[in-house]
Amino acid sequence: MTASLDVEGLAFAYPDGHQALFGVDLRIERGERVALLGPNGAGKTTLVLHLNGVHRAGAGRVEVGGLEVTRENVQEIRRRVGIVFQDPDDQLFMPTVADDVAFGPANFGVTEPELSLRVKEALDAVGVAELADRSPMHLSGGQRRRAALATVLACDPEILVLDEPSTHLDPVARRELADVLLGLDRTMLMVTHDLPYALQLCPRSVVIDGGVVVADGPTRDLLADADFLAAHRLELPFGFALD
Amino acid sequence: MAAGHAHPLYRAGDSVVHRLPAHVKIVVAFLFVLAVVATPREAFAVFGLQFLLLVGVWVAARIPPGWLATRALIEAPFVVLAVLLPFFATGPRVEWMGMSLAVDGLLAGWNILVKGTLGVLVSVTLAATTPLRDLVSGLSRLRVPSMVCVIATLMLRYLEVIAAEARRMRLARVSRGHDPRFVWQLGATVRSVGALFLRSYERGERVHLAMLSRGYTGAMPAFTTASASTATWSLALVPAVVAALLAVSGYWVA
Ligand SMILES: Nc1ncnc2c1ncn2[C@@H]1O[C@H](COP(=O)(O)OP(=O)(O)OP(=O)(O)O)[C@@H](O)[C@H]1O
Ligand SMILES: [Mg+2]
Repeated sequence: MTASLDVEGLAFAYPDGHQALFGVDLRIERGERVALLGPNGAGKTTLVLHLNGVHRAGAGRVEVGGLEVTRENVQEIRRRVGIVFQDPDDQLFMPTVADDVAFGPANFGVTEPELSLRVKEALDAVGVAELADRSPMHLSGGQRRRAALATVLACDPEILVLDEPSTHLDPVARRELADVLLGLDRTMLMVTHDLPYALQLCPRSVVIDGGVVVADGPTRDLLADADFLAAHRLELPFGFALD
Repeated sequence: MAAGHAHPLYRAGDSVVHRLPAHVKIVVAFLFVLAVVATPREAFAVFGLQFLLLVGVWVAARIPPGWLATRALIEAPFVVLAVLLPFFATGPRVEWMGMSLAVDGLLAGWNILVKGTLGVLVSVTLAATTPLRDLVSGLSRLRVPSMVCVIATLMLRYLEVIAAEARRMRLARVSRGHDPRFVWQLGATVRSVGALFLRSYERGERVHLAMLSRGYTGAMPAFTTASASTATWSLALVPAVVAALLAVSGYWVA
């Protein structure tokens, strides 16, 4: 069976010459939920931007559902990979939430009446149907985060990629977002510095540091290894212990 | 709730004018302004009639004139220019209250003043009765290049983001003891304007990335907007056509 995501020997240097990735291998099967962990500057965001062809591999290869990321099929790749960016303000730009949610599917050729249906379903899935006609500017942080998630869900991606979804959320909004994500039932790659969140949502974790994968295994096992965590600038919150 | 559609010039309502499709209103407003501009400047009465026509539209849209007047203040610089012209223009002069005024300058000032005022009033009327998203989709329906529509949407959207960013940066400065009242502290304000520009630019790049990730290829998707029947068009065009007829009659009079 083809993997949902298959990254092999991916290396990449930014135009200014800074090498951010040095041969990353990562394979995610359909329906898996995987956390992508690592210190600041490890290359997590850089890796994520390769998954939908924003960055083009310097060496190595990225495949989504068996389709290689190339210049020709970048649009199909972007339909398959939905990226929720770290800052919802970057994602939301239309006058109303509903317009913003419609933006992606409309780009991918979805037309009315199906378009309205998609918008409604996506807003329902994240529990903010009542915000449809509001301006994204005037929403709270948690509402914006959900709206941003809806804009990507509406594209019906095969794999959902989230860049630090729990930042700036209050504890209740953070838990509610977890409930939403757990209810989605699709392949998910979640970049996070919030280790308990990774443990709650993702059975498997991949740690990258210095542009390479340094660990790949069950989240609980990785987080229980205090020496390993310390070696890669990862730390459980104060008072948090795994038994 | 329509709060999300608001922009500072919009006045929510449910009048005939509010319900007209945006692209119709844009065309009518454009034609109206054209008619005003084409009217000869000596046809004083025609401008009065065109103004009355506009008042008729306000009555239909239920917009109080006072509300409009405050919004029309953006034209103040034109008024200043118009008032100054008679003093500085050359040519035949008339004496008025002991001042020597150039006839040509008077007419030129009047021309700017009356056409500018009517033009601003028409634009404010359009903005007051049309929510932002309708304005933008109306433009794209009129085949205005999609890039212009994209820029218009983003500009209106990010004015708020940038204003909020500027507020946060100012707060952060003030919290660290910066008091912009003192002249020697102006430097920090100026530097922060530079930082704001950079931040806005970087934000723009990230927004563009996020748009690309959702399949954006350079054209805004066409959202369905209400189309207009011939009857709607005929009704909406009345003010523009009357304004144009008045303009033509102006050439007779003048
Ligand atoms: N546009 C760029 N040009 C040059 N170098 C860059 C650029 N963006 C990132 N880098 C560098 O690439 C490396 C990886 O950055 P990346 O943003 O992928 O880190 P990250 O793991 O997402 O970190 P964080 O947890 O802080 O978000 C860093 O050393 C960073 O300085
Ligand atoms: Mg990052």
